[in-house]
Amino acid sequence: MSTNIIDRIDREQMRFDMPDFRVGDTVKVYIRIIEGTKERVQVFEGVVIRKKRGKMNASYTVRKVSHGVGVEKTFALHNPRVEKVEVVAEGKVRRSKLYYLRSLRGKAARIKEKGRV
Amino acid sequence: MPNTMGLMGKKIGMTRVYSEHGGATPVTVIQAGPCVVLQKKTVAKEGYNAVQLGFSSKKDNRLNKPESGHAKSADKGGFYHIKEFRVDDPDNYELGQEIGIADLFKVGDLVDVNGRMKGRGFQGVIKRHGFAGGPAGHGSKHHRAPGSIGCSAWPSRVIKGKKMPGHMGTNVVNKKNLTVIDIREEDGIMLVKGSVPGSKQGLLQIFTK
Repeated sequence: MSTNIIDRIDREQMRFDMPDFRVGDTVKVYIRIIEGTKERVQVFEGVVIRKKRGKMNASYTVRKVSHGVGVEKTFALHNPRVEKVEVVAEGKVRRSKLYYLRSLRGKAARIKEKGRV
Repeated sequence: MPNTMGLMGKKIGMTRVYSEHGGATPVTVIQAGPCVVLQKKTVAKEGYNAVQLGFSSKKDNRLNKPESGHAKSADKGGFYHIKEFRVDDPDNYELGQEIGIADLFKVGDLVDVNGRMKGRGFQGVIKRHGFAGGPAGHGSKHHRAPGSIGCSAWPSRVIKGKKMPGHMGTNVVNKKNLTVIDIREEDGIMLVKGSVPGSKQGLLQIFTK
C-alpha cells in the first residue's frame, strides 16, 4: 500500500518516450540548458558506456573524445531537461560497462557496428 | 520539541522529484493526518494551552476501558497514537474536529519533523560522537580507539559526561526547517525536502513554524 504511493509519484514523472538504446550505442542527447535568460538546446554525442538500472534513479553515461580530451556526462534517465535521445548507431559490445574505452585512444577505441540482419 | 501546532504522520519512504527547471530534489513522503481533536487543555484548568490529537484510528474491540472513556467526548473512536500540541488558543478547535494537511501546511512552508531515530546498537566513538580516529597505517596501532579519557593522579577519575562508546540511536530527533515541496490532499500525503528521522512506517510529528 505505502510503496504504491511512491510508485505512483515516480510514475507521474517517468519518461516513457526514451528510445531503447543499449550500452555501446552511439547516441545524441539533446539537453535544454539555460544561458542567462535564454534557453537553448545543446547536443552531446558519444558512446553509451554505462547504464545504471533503477526506477527514478536510473541513469546512463555518454562518453566522447573532444579535442583529444575524453569527456563523460551522466544523465538521469527521467530528467525532464533532456529533450530527446537519438540513437545514431548500434554498437556490438560484449561488456555491460565499457570502462576499458577510457584507456584506449584513436582506432583502438572504435566500437564495431551491429550488422543488419 | 517546538511549541507549535502540528500533525502526526507516518513516514512512507523517500524518492526524488524534478522541479519545473530540471533539478532533482530528494524528498521524503509522509502520510500526515488526518488527526482528531480529543481534548483541549487550557491555562485555567491544566496550566497551559494545548490540544490533544489522535492519529491512526483503532478498532473499538481493541480499546481498553480508560481509552474508550477518554475517546467518548470527541466521539470519533479510539486512536493508536495520541499526542499534545501547544497552541495559543485552544478555543479555535472543537472536540472531534478533523485536522488535515491543508489546514496547517502549504507548499513552500518550512516545517520541523520530529521522530524516533533508528537504533544503531553499541557503537564506537567515531560513529557515535564523530571522533577523528587514528592513522590507518605507518605502524599505527591506534585506529578507531577513543584515545586518552582524562588525567592521571588528579582527579583519578573520569569526568562525568565523557564521550565514550555505547548505545546509539532510538532517541527522539527533531529535524528543523524542512521545505514542503508538495501536498497531495487526496492521498493525504506531503513531500518534504530531505530525510526525516526513523524507519519507514515510523511515527512522526510535523510542526508548523
